[in-house]
Amino acid sequence: MKLKSNIAVSDSGFLFDPTTGDSYTLNETGKVILEMLKEGKSEKEIISEFTEKYDVDEGTFEQNLYDFLRMLSHYNLTEI
Amino acid sequence: MEKLKYERPVINKINAGTPDKFGMNTRVKVIDEIDGVKVSELLKKYGSPLYVISEKTVRDNYKDAYRAFSNRYPKVQFAWSYKTNYLDAVCRIFHDEGSWAEVVSGFEYDKALSNGIPGGQIIFNGPDKSDEDLLKAIDNSSFIHIDHFDELYSIIRLTKNTNKKAKVAIRVNMDTGIYPQWDRFGFNYENGEAWNAINRIMLADNIDLVGLHTHIGTYIMTPQPYYVAASKLSELAVRTHKKYDHAIKYIDMGGGFASKNTLKGAYLPGKDTCPSFDDYADAITNAILNSEIKPDNLPVLFLETGRALIDDAGYLLGTVLANKRLANARRATIIDIGVNLLFTSFWYQHEIYPAKECSNVTEDTTIYGPLCMNIDIIRDAVQFPVLQKGDHVVIPRIGAYNMTQWLQFITLRPNVVLIDNDKNVNIIREKETLEAFKNLEKIPGHLNGK
Ligand SMILES: Cc1ncc(COP(=O)(O)O)c(C=O)c1O
Repeated sequence: MKLKSNIAVSDSGFLFDPTTGDSYTLNETGKVILEMLKEGKSEKEIISEFTEKYDVDEGTFEQNLYDFLRMLSHYNLTEI
Repeated sequence: MEKLKYERPVINKINAGTPDKFGMNTRVKVIDEIDGVKVSELLKKYGSPLYVISEKTVRDNYKDAYRAFSNRYPKVQFAWSYKTNYLDAVCRIFHDEGSWAEVVSGFEYDKALSNGIPGGQIIFNGPDKSDEDLLKAIDNSSFIHIDHFDELYSIIRLTKNTNKKAKVAIRVNMDTGIYPQWDRFGFNYENGEAWNAINRIMLADNIDLVGLHTHIGTYIMTPQPYYVAASKLSELAVRTHKKYDHAIKYIDMGGGFASKNTLKGAYLPGKDTCPSFDDYADAITNAILNSEIKPDNLPVLFLETGRALIDDAGYLLGTVLANKRLANARRATIIDIGVNLLFTSFWYQHEIYPAKECSNVTEDTTIYGPLCMNIDIIRDAVQFPVLQKGDHVVIPRIGAYNMTQWLQFITLRPNVVLIDNDKNVNIIREKETLEAFKNLEKIPGHLNGK
């Protein structure tokens, strides 16, 4: 999944979509995932990095990640 | 290397123009213990879901209510409204504090007797009393609150051949300025029916009119209607005294005080709008004391307060079963508490809290129960923290009506525990079993083949 290129994320977890003018808030893990997506990381890479760094098992994280990615596309923040 | 604390990733859209009164940074309240006992340990030991009652809160509430009324009025008697919560342990706490029993069926009447309450301390309300019930109540010198003329004539018939007098009150309904006006119970004040009933009783040989009763409704959010109601009952007492030289011994104001729960559709939380016992007591006692009733004849004030005494002593603990997205991408969380266990979710926007510390991030969430039914919704829309499957939740203020109106539907009813004043946890109702449930069923011979 690819994030739209013009999307800006602040350190404090605010996300701005210049195309629509909409803003969003992210929690800490949401922000980290967004940064990884911006760096062009694949879902597989995100899962392995996350489960290494955070106290979460792979099954739970995978479920949570796909739910989160679905919300990104729901808000039209991803490239089609 | 120690791993970082994980939380489910969340993205929330900021809706400009519609200020979000919850915001992102309001602290998420957590209930991780009840009276010093850990929620996680309760669930581990007694299973999920679980009803928990705090004995301390029951007693504190009772004392607060009794103080409010007895500070203002010399003769006050509470009678515990059995239908609100008739678990024996709960009733016995109220009886231990000095409450009599208020019952509305033969079943509740017998339950009160079995809890050691003498017949002379039982108030028998309601439209459904069989001849057998009435005879028992007459025999035990209980207070029979007459609901309709059919009941009055039954009592006249039943006392014809006895040497025992029936002690009765009439239930009176009236306009107190609130909507809806409950006019289906008792005799109406404004159209003269109540006065008719009093006159008929005063002419009967074996019936002693000892009291006047009203129950103007439930969850009454202002004290003023109680002032009106107590004034009208006092007026009836004065009129009866004038005409028959007969003093009414008690005025029973029923129940109806609001608890701190928030009604569906209410704009402000119940915590902020619900009057105190002092507010209600002011209205009621002022009305009686300011009436024409002579000081020598001041009636005892009976109160049948239900929900306001027990609601916030009860908690329902449960577990997240699943998180999912609805078709419109809305967050849905399914918990193991359904409307079968939380009947009051049809009236209240119940608060629901996580049982352990979590971040202040929330999502707009619909909370569903586990039943396979569309109406099984605990909260339509609530800003809810990001919990995962298996995390625990606590719904406070569920002590009133849920442990009596619960439904055995799809699942069996779980354990109910009481945390006593020494922090001991006591099972006061065992979780139901398939065997106990099936014991009541009978299979006809032709279906009992194999
Ligand atoms: C006759 C009577 N008394 C007392 C109560 C208790 O009412 P509440 O729980 O509103 O205090 C009820 C409840 O319906 C009632 O019908």
